[in-house]
Amino acid sequence: MSMTIARSTRTHLDWLESEAIHILREVAAECARPVLLFSGGKDSCVLLRLAEKAFRPGRFPFPLMHIDTGHNFSEVIEFRDRRVAELGEDLIVRGVEDSIARGTVVLRHATDSRNAAQATTLLESIAEFGFDACIGGARRDEEKARAKERICSFRDEFGQWDPKAQRPELWNLYNTRVHPGENIRVFPISNWTELDVWQYIEREQLSLPSLYYAHERDVVRRQGLLVPVTPLTPPREGERPERLTVRFRTVGDVSCTCPVASDAATPADIIAETAVTTITERGATRMDDQTSEASMERRKKQGYF
Amino acid sequence: MNAINEHWPDASDEGVLRLITAGSVDDGKSTLIGRLLLDSKGVFADQLQAIAGSKYTRAPDQQYDLALLTDGLEAEREQGITIDVAYRYFATPARKFIVADAPGHEQYTRNMVTGASTADAAIILIDASRAADGALLPQTKRHSTLARLLGLRHIIVAVNKMDLVGWDRAVFDRIHAAYRDLAARLGIDGFHIIPLSALAGDNVVQRSEQTPWYAGPPLLTLLETLQPKPDPTDRQARFFVQWVIRHNGSGVDAFRGYAGQLQGGGWRVGDAVQVLPAGIPATITRLLRGTQDVDEALPGDSITVVLDRDVDISRGDVLTNAGTTPDLRQEFEADLCWLDQQALNPARLYWLKQGARLTQARIQMVQTRRDIHELRSIDWNGTLAMNDIGRVRLRTRDALALDDYDVERATGSFILIDAATNQTAAAGLVRLG
Repeated sequence: MSMTIARSTRTHLDWLESEAIHILREVAAECARPVLLFSGGKDSCVLLRLAEKAFRPGRFPFPLMHIDTGHNFSEVIEFRDRRVAELGEDLIVRGVEDSIARGTVVLRHATDSRNAAQATTLLESIAEFGFDACIGGARRDEEKARAKERICSFRDEFGQWDPKAQRPELWNLYNTRVHPGENIRVFPISNWTELDVWQYIEREQLSLPSLYYAHERDVVRRQGLLVPVTPLTPPREGERPERLTVRFRTVGDVSCTCPVASDAATPADIIAETAVTTITERGATRMDDQTSEASMERRKKQGYF
Repeated sequence: MNAINEHWPDASDEGVLRLITAGSVDDGKSTLIGRLLLDSKGVFADQLQAIAGSKYTRAPDQQYDLALLTDGLEAEREQGITIDVAYRYFATPARKFIVADAPGHEQYTRNMVTGASTADAAIILIDASRAADGALLPQTKRHSTLARLLGLRHIIVAVNKMDLVGWDRAVFDRIHAAYRDLAARLGIDGFHIIPLSALAGDNVVQRSEQTPWYAGPPLLTLLETLQPKPDPTDRQARFFVQWVIRHNGSGVDAFRGYAGQLQGGGWRVGDAVQVLPAGIPATITRLLRGTQDVDEALPGDSITVVLDRDVDISRGDVLTNAGTTPDLRQEFEADLCWLDQQALNPARLYWLKQGARLTQARIQMVQTRRDIHELRSIDWNGTLAMNDIGRVRLRTRDALALDDYDVERATGSFILIDAATNQTAAAGLVRLG
């Protein structure tokens, strides 16, 4: 047999895509009750395209689930439901509101960020459905604690991550085995950066919530961030709202997610901007990550994604 | 500072080079990565601001403690050491890099194995001030042994802290000679060696004026030119079936495809293959990358294969080119890196995962154990404890399609999982001899 295939002509996006598809197929095959977390954000939109490539023309071997803080931008929720309908897959929605009603989530103020409270609702949903693997769109370039996380990250029965006792992860041989009540968190796009994600969105022509592209919005300037003026985040005393052209680099909870000034209206515009930005995605957009040097690590130890 | 990623590789790039750093504690691994990121503009302003304001900084005024860029855990910052592998990303006009910053402490050797198993190249740091007489530290031997064992294609010896020995060429030459001897004893074909200072940035991204006697390139230039993977043309296709895609079984658009990641050589539509372990021949009628039909698939591609006939194929089966069979065996020898706190127990059964195959295995016998200090294997009839490397004989419940690890990793590597705790207990490298 002769084979005359020249040396690889694959790009780094092809490499990243192949790795992620491999991971999705492994988890689907080995876990009894996997679920894919879909929030409507750009990273989870990438995950859905990867799942299509991994399993079509078959159906996805897992449902989708959104842990809804109740403080989402309406454009994102509309987009979420439209995308799920297009795919013809199942979506489970569980709300932080339900946990508040049950009394398992207690907020100091009604307008507090519900981002961290998501962990409680997530753990309750994992228990409700018996999920043994939760597939998510987190990337190691997002945050220094995430940079330490395995692709298949073991969580104990309390949903806790123990960074000192992670399973060794060798070659592409993932250990997905858990006891009842435990789960693994799976991050197929661990090795992607924000720029990779945007290059992929452009290449695959993925649709996203309109918030990701430039639009006009009332904001106030606070601690170096542009805080959107919403019923949940009203201007404080002495703050003067300005009408700016902005876009969101990440679309999380309304109460803790900030846009950046930008007139980038297409993925190509955003790639050009991302290529020269000097601020990380989280540094520019998240109010709740800046409270301490280890806020993400501590939340992950408590079951946060 | 500006323009972090302005030279990001475009669609014609060389793919990805995966690196690991290794060395003893305080050799400056995290600092070197921090320096690479900083000088290649791979660090963002808010990350720098965060380390400048850290209560754990060890840097004098006006300087950044670059190690804090990768030591992301609270305990690491408190203790000033690296505990687990951190993965960092940066790019130059030439390519994209994934860097695994692995810990140097002996107790965390398993984390180094984790990083090294997917790496193309290792940067082994040597502290010039501690090896000035040419005596290499045990961790240099240990990490070089692991890099050789795991088959990393490139070894780069970074002789760090040259500023502390006055950029003395004689010190560098002594270390070079000592490493040449070590490499020869380990069977390492070739290596690169660079005198540098991670703290000051000499010979990291820019060539240093301190080393007129050094003719080679600075570290980053070297990294940009290394070949990530061997040329695939002379390798044979190896394909583990991960998942069977079925759709509309009786309809007009009925589909049955075998999904997995191709390793080894390439495939084209029309190629003759065989299904192992059953040994059934078949012909490829369609190849899909994602949902797109393609004419050919390359090593590393996640693909779906459609065959010309109905064959009983399930997850874990292996497709290969006709006539290029791996060995089908239930008993074989392997090198194990033991990673678990619980030592190997020959009386127990372990889960063994090879490719997409999960079976059970018993370690029949430990034959030899690697002596890291004497750089040789010694006869051994005891067990293997955490961080030990040894040659064993195994028996598996099912016959496996095996290649020697050095010939084809996909069919030559496996992990052992403790059936009681589910901990990943060992990394295995098949040695068919």
